Amino acid sequence: MNKEQLYQYLLLLGDNSMILGQRLGELCGHGPELETDIALTNISLDLFGQVRNYFQYAAELQGEEKTEDDVAMLRYEHQYRNTLLVEQPNTDFAYVVARQFLFDVYHQLLLNELANSTDERINAIAKKSIKEVDYHVDFSSAWLTRLGDGTEVSHEKMQLAFNNTWRFAMELFQETDIERIAKESGVGADLNKMKTAYLSKVKATLAEANLSINLDEVQQFGGKQGRHTEYMGFILAEFQYMQRAYPQMKW
Amino acid sequence: MNKEWPIWEIFIRSKNGLEHRHAGSLHAADAEMAIQNARDVYTRRQEGVSLWVVESKHITASNPEKNGELFEPAADKVYRHPTFYTLPDEIKHM
Repeated sequence: MNKEQLYQYLLLLGDNSMILGQRLGELCGHGPELETDIALTNISLDLFGQVRNYFQYAAELQGEEKTEDDVAMLRYEHQYRNTLLVEQPNTDFAYVVARQFLFDVYHQLLLNELANSTDERINAIAKKSIKEVDYHVDFSSAWLTRLGDGTEVSHEKMQLAFNNTWRFAMELFQETDIERIAKESGVGADLNKMKTAYLSKVKATLAEANLSINLDEVQQFGGKQGRHTEYMGFILAEFQYMQRAYPQMKW
Repeated sequence: MNKEWPIWEIFIRSKNGLEHRHAGSLHAADAEMAIQNARDVYTRRQEGVSLWVVESKHITASNPEKNGELFEPAADKVYRHPTFYTLPDEIKHM
């Protein structure tokens, strides 16, 4: 894997966590309960912490005195490699839970794979992040089950949110050229291998939550190629505002 | 139907060997959620290694009006304090 390919692979790893972290950050002060509000922003901060590790590495690969902020803040929309799943809006708490659950289960499997990466940096980041993500999985699974198997209203809302979110899940496992090269060189994860484990975990949790899943749902793709949904521009407008308005600004 | 989640009291053990101490309270729908919420609200800055949660309604408090008979009689009984012993410096947390 050459430098540019490794850089691109780090974007594929980091952008998902960063955009999801930004979505969760939007909930700060708007969570359904004070305690849930803090939990969601904690998860957001965990994700941003992990992203900093990936992007510090990415910036070093770029050289030219680039920093993690350049990597994170100063790309154009089509240069972001996150999946469509993580940019979906916080429509209501059930949507937040569905999106989080579908990502967390993937994320946990991914980090367990990356913990065997032949790249020392990626290997170390994965090992450090696993414990955080284990908790994310517990948190989102518990809420999925609680709402899905709760009252009639909570079940209905959770099922609706899941139905409208599920169509973005399979993009997580779509193997791009960069991900294939990363896998073959031992640096990256084998997405196909993870997919089987993913589906069985999702199905088991959904059964426990008394929710149904349509495995034949038409799936949506494009984020990894930089073709994003209409939400992405608005996320970036807010996310990049300070760096665009005041270039090189520091806290 | 009461739409408020019940209140839970949170106890944290800051490190092994010490006792659990009351840290505060929070809202949660059940015990599992109370543990998760306590983790997020009270231990995000490495405050603890163990958590207990107890629903507040299970705690019986003493009646403040009875403070006189409950606590004041102890005020003039210095002989109940082990202050007449000298403790070696190595002994902590006494």
